[in-house]
Amino acid sequence: MLAVQEIFKHYEGCPLLKGVSFEVAEGETLCLLGTSGSGKSTLLRIIAGLEQAELGRVLWNGEDLAHIPVHRRHFGLMFQDYALFPHRTVEQNVAFGLRMQGLSVVEIQQRVKEMLEKVNMLSFAKRRVTDLSGGEQQRVALARALAPRPRLLMLDEPLGALDRALRTQLIAELRYLLRESKIPAIYVTHDQDEAFEIADRVALLHNGKIVQSGTPAEVYTNPASIWVAEFLGLSNLMLGKVLSLCPLQVKTDFGCWEVGCKAPEGLQIGDRLAILLRPWGASVQTEPGTENVLSGKVVDVVFRGEGYRLVLQCGEVKFQFYCEKPLGVGEMIRLYIPPESVICLNEPSI
Amino acid sequence: MKWFYDEDTRLSRVVLLFSDCLRRVFRSQVGWPFWLLPVSFLLIFFFYPLASILLLAGKAAVEAGFQWLAWEKIWSTLWFTVWQAILSTILTLLIGLPGAYVFARYRFWAKRLWGVLVSLPFILPTVVVAAGFNSLLGPRGFVNLILMTSLGLEKPPIQVMNTLSAILLAHVFYNTTIVLRIVGGSWAQLDQRLEQAARSLGATPFRVFWEVTLPLLRPAILSAVLLVFLFDFTSFGVILLLGGARFATLEVEIYIQALHMLNLPLAGLLSAIQLLCTLLITWFYSRLNRRREVPVMPRVLDEYVRTPRGLRQHLMVGGILVILGLLLITPLVALGIRSFTRLEAARGERGEVNTGWTLTYYRELFINRRGSLFYVPPIEAVRNSLNYASLTVVISLGLGLLAAVALNRQKSKTHNHLSEFQGVLYGGTDRLNHSRIFLPLGELFLMLPLGASAVTLGLGFLVAFNRLPLDVRTFPFLIPVAHSLVALPFVVRTLQPVLASIPPVLRNAAAVLGASPWHVWKEIDLPIVFRAMVSSGVFAFTISMGEFGATTFLARPEYPTLPVAIYRFLSQPGALNYGQALAMATLLMLICAVGIFVIERLRLPGGEGL
Repeated sequence: MLAVQEIFKHYEGCPLLKGVSFEVAEGETLCLLGTSGSGKSTLLRIIAGLEQAELGRVLWNGEDLAHIPVHRRHFGLMFQDYALFPHRTVEQNVAFGLRMQGLSVVEIQQRVKEMLEKVNMLSFAKRRVTDLSGGEQQRVALARALAPRPRLLMLDEPLGALDRALRTQLIAELRYLLRESKIPAIYVTHDQDEAFEIADRVALLHNGKIVQSGTPAEVYTNPASIWVAEFLGLSNLMLGKVLSLCPLQVKTDFGCWEVGCKAPEGLQIGDRLAILLRPWGASVQTEPGTENVLSGKVVDVVFRGEGYRLVLQCGEVKFQFYCEKPLGVGEMIRLYIPPESVICLNEPSI
Repeated sequence: MKWFYDEDTRLSRVVLLFSDCLRRVFRSQVGWPFWLLPVSFLLIFFFYPLASILLLAGKAAVEAGFQWLAWEKIWSTLWFTVWQAILSTILTLLIGLPGAYVFARYRFWAKRLWGVLVSLPFILPTVVVAAGFNSLLGPRGFVNLILMTSLGLEKPPIQVMNTLSAILLAHVFYNTTIVLRIVGGSWAQLDQRLEQAARSLGATPFRVFWEVTLPLLRPAILSAVLLVFLFDFTSFGVILLLGGARFATLEVEIYIQALHMLNLPLAGLLSAIQLLCTLLITWFYSRLNRRREVPVMPRVLDEYVRTPRGLRQHLMVGGILVILGLLLITPLVALGIRSFTRLEAARGERGEVNTGWTLTYYRELFINRRGSLFYVPPIEAVRNSLNYASLTVVISLGLGLLAAVALNRQKSKTHNHLSEFQGVLYGGTDRLNHSRIFLPLGELFLMLPLGASAVTLGLGFLVAFNRLPLDVRTFPFLIPVAHSLVALPFVVRTLQPVLASIPPVLRNAAAVLGASPWHVWKEIDLPIVFRAMVSSGVFAFTISMGEFGATTFLARPEYPTLPVAIYRFLSQPGALNYGQALAMATLLMLICAVGIFVIERLRLPGGEGL
């Protein structure tokens, strides 16, 4: 459906997007994940036609959109601060896109009612948008974007301005609405929890490029680079040298590790390699043995509902793990991490 | 047929090219096409007359050389203009500052109505003010007539008219509003906790005022002072009508030289000097305003307003309000009442004089008397004024809107990523700097008419447009054109900030929802700007209704405007003429009062009203 090819764009003289390409399939929700300032919003504005890319193309079913102005693209865009028209009521805001399509008054009324019902805002129809709370505004903005049945819906940090409790509630509603409407969507956020919850597929934007894309599970279990791992909150990283290839063994400052995944192609003994210890699946080791064992001092234990998060100090470095039982702060322990919880990162630069 | 075919394609190609250009203009953020009309209007009707005056003045100066007798006259006129302005400004400040304090800090009975009433003088035409003071303190005014009948005097005991006091009084009347608005607004925003902090650190109330309040208010006070000085410096109607023959400011002297002495070169020279001075003041003012910032965070409206407590506060608030009322409201009330009362014998009337309420003066307005001042019933002047004012609204609003859009597009262009990048690509940052320099230039260009006085404008028209098709004597549209020049800066100043305040994301949202650029303008910009358009339109209307300086140069005897008619009636002897002048002035006052009421109602909270 939508294909974005090799988009380049500068911002205030600095390169912002350096050849971004991705596709969105029919009915799919793609989540663009990246830090603030990574150019996610600019990318959306380029797709919408509000800004021009310096290089690259935006295609819809193979047709180049370069010469189609914003208002003829039939894409929906939900802005970060919603951009509701302050001089219009809730109802009039939702009706705007329908009026632009030249629908009859009856059709417009019907569709507006339908949309407001869907977002549970029907009783607010006659209200001024300036009187609404953040969550209510968000719902109206969604209804307004969906009302004209866009070919593609883009959401720019739609929950960014809301508090946590509201976010959890709204994201469930949003997920349901997107699945139900079957409209392909691009969802931009910097919050990985949000992204994993709503996306069929996530694409991570870093340094002006898509560094990894795949289903949430794929990305989380196999982060493609140190940056991705750290961005996803997987911070138990260490660098080492390859000892053997099959099984893949790596020697680091924190001992020797057997890695559960296959060695990347072209890897040779003696190469430098980054490995990542997953926070789940670690257990306290009482028997002797040094392989896949991390020893250190427990410096913090936090109750996290589904388990305890413990922070282990090993020399200068801190690692985080989740375990089911609490441990005493100050204890010296040895943690065993099974090979399937140790993965290597394909980082060509080191 | 081949040539025809070719011709046809060439034509259609031109049409295509043109429509493509138009579409590009609308779609892109280009500003220059919107400049076209306003700029050509200003070039033809402002800069060309101005250049004509300067040319005339230059010639006069060169021909006369430096031994010219007139230099002495010029110097004395300039000197009088400056010192009366300084004196007026000081007096205005003395009345205005306490008033600003009371309005900023106290709640009192009918405060909103007081606010409208004390704002009224600013928008009132000079002829109305002159008529007001005349009806209160003039030889036929209330005070004198009452004193004469009660004391049995032959001559009016109070002789204020045609003295410096009358001029100063009228100037204070006029400009106190400015101090109340600018300083009062700033004072109301001032964080009172700063004063409380100073008090808790051991400062006496006077020290608090001197070391905390005053320094924080200084930018606002300076700004008000400059504006008041500018208005006093360029004062024309007040001095002509209340000062009499002995007092001539630059403006009055230009008028006398041009229309009475028929000495156009001298008038041109005076105009050039006048222009230089006003430009200097305006430049200073705009520089000051650019640096003027709200010193602390804007507070919630009325946060520090309290009701007066205790005898002292009540006396102070009451006293200041009484002074303001006496000064700003009694002349207007006197004008209204005097226009309905008969207090003296009409010319040729003998025996017992019927005094009391009368509608004669209003009735007379509809009668075309033989030997009257005009060839038409005086009420025609009202119709002329209304026509001119409507045209002024159309012209100034149309051009003002275009100019505001142009200014805005240029502003947003400096923030537009695309053009920023193009700036980097094509020739470094020159383009950026260029638009950054060009923007203030464009603003200055539009604001220049603010610096030129109305009399200068009138003289310029007289000098520049003396040939067909644009001849002052046969082309009555020059009057609304002149009025539009006066109104344009105000219109742009009202519209531009409102346009700029519309977040671009709203336009983006509309476009994404399928609105074409034209629809975006119609659905987003227009409804939001509408209030500002109405209020600036009303303002342009009242400006045109009351404009006197330029109109005296341009109005033909058979097409008088209201102010011109009032002036002529006032300068004629006879109770009937006097009464008719007051009746017309009352009408004009009512029109303006309705105008300012509308503007006040439309004023968005937090917006500055000047």
